[in-house]
Amino acid sequence: MSDHNGTWWIWKVFWILLVITGVEVALGIVKPEFMLTQVIGTSVLNILFILLTLVKAAYIVQIFMHVKFEKKGLKYALYLPTLILIPYLTFILLTEGTYLFQ
Amino acid sequence: MASSAEMTQEENNWGGGSRPLGARYGKLMMWFFLLSDALTFSGFLTAYGLMRFKFESTWPIAENVFTHFPGLEGDQPLLYVALMTFILIMSSVTMVLAVNAGEKMNRKAVTNWMLWTIVGGFIFVGSQAWEWYHFIIGDSGAVETARQEILHIYNAEGERLSFSQVVHGMEEGHASNHGETFTKAEVLAAMKSNEGMYLMEPGKAGEAFTHEASVALFEAGDVVQGANMIHNEYGQKQFANFFFFITGFHGFHVFSGVVINFVIFYNVLLGTYERRGHYRMVEKVGLYWHFVDLVWVFVFTFFYLV
Repeated sequence: MSDHNGTWWIWKVFWILLVITGVEVALGIVKPEFMLTQVIGTSVLNILFILLTLVKAAYIVQIFMHVKFEKKGLKYALYLPTLILIPYLTFILLTEGTYLFQ
Repeated sequence: MASSAEMTQEENNWGGGSRPLGARYGKLMMWFFLLSDALTFSGFLTAYGLMRFKFESTWPIAENVFTHFPGLEGDQPLLYVALMTFILIMSSVTMVLAVNAGEKMNRKAVTNWMLWTIVGGFIFVGSQAWEWYHFIIGDSGAVETARQEILHIYNAEGERLSFSQVVHGMEEGHASNHGETFTKAEVLAAMKSNEGMYLMEPGKAGEAFTHEASVALFEAGDVVQGANMIHNEYGQKQFANFFFFITGFHGFHVFSGVVINFVIFYNVLLGTYERRGHYRMVEKVGLYWHFVDLVWVFVFTFFYLV
């Protein structure tokens, strides 16, 4: 556990999370015209929002929740179920959902 | 066949006695609980996405729903939620600092950072209560047709009107109804007298009706102000149900997190962990607290941004 010195690494993640949130809010308010082009069923802006969210989530899980420094076995035990089941659930609901009420 | 050296290695790892995952029982169980909780929340959020795609033309646009900021007049889209997000990230940071201080057996620092984490949690829950309050009392009001579809009132210039502006006129009325209750008769009469007013669906690319069609729809329908589980003025009623359920479930997590944090904080004050020789309980409750922050990151994106 004690592979860090001081608290600078905590504040580094804080600034990263803060800046990403700031960018998201600014984009959400401004909604730049060129980012509203439609690709794969949604706008470029929405895809950017989702990517930024995943970056924030990765920092929280890896650094704050310390998974980056855990043993390989624990990493797999945590990442495999989430990374397989959640995208699968999303995929199945959003594709099968197209047939709802038809 | 495996050599005897490998067999011993195997037994050492999984036969008990050693720690193949390098984590203690309590921490492992916390992680497995969080894993199942993560799947629960993703179930809720994907169900939200499913319904939203299904009812795109009547699904409310979040930035037209959450526009208030304490002490500021007018529309402030996203600002308040951004502040809530900042508070939760900040309290996550103080939690890591508490865990970090615990590893160094620095009781005073743990006490200090745990206290700040609890304060942050309280402010977040309070902010959520404030947001629910505004969501429930409502803003502009809307017309609900006989088929239970929500339509918003617009004028000839294409501006969205509140009941207050429809009844009292653009100069006298407020953009928000300010707690004033309007009857169907007075809003309908005001709308009939102004040829330019029409009704439109609230969602992205929602359909607009002519003045005559709008009046006919209004006559068969009713007025709605505010939101509850059955009616909501913002649009498709599932939106309010999902809002109450997902943010409510998350808010309950934050609230229980604050309670658990307080119990741990109290134990730190009593010196329980000092006597035990380690602050692992702080680490475990820290995992839960970061998870609450993690879920909010996703709720923030899918409810307010996308």
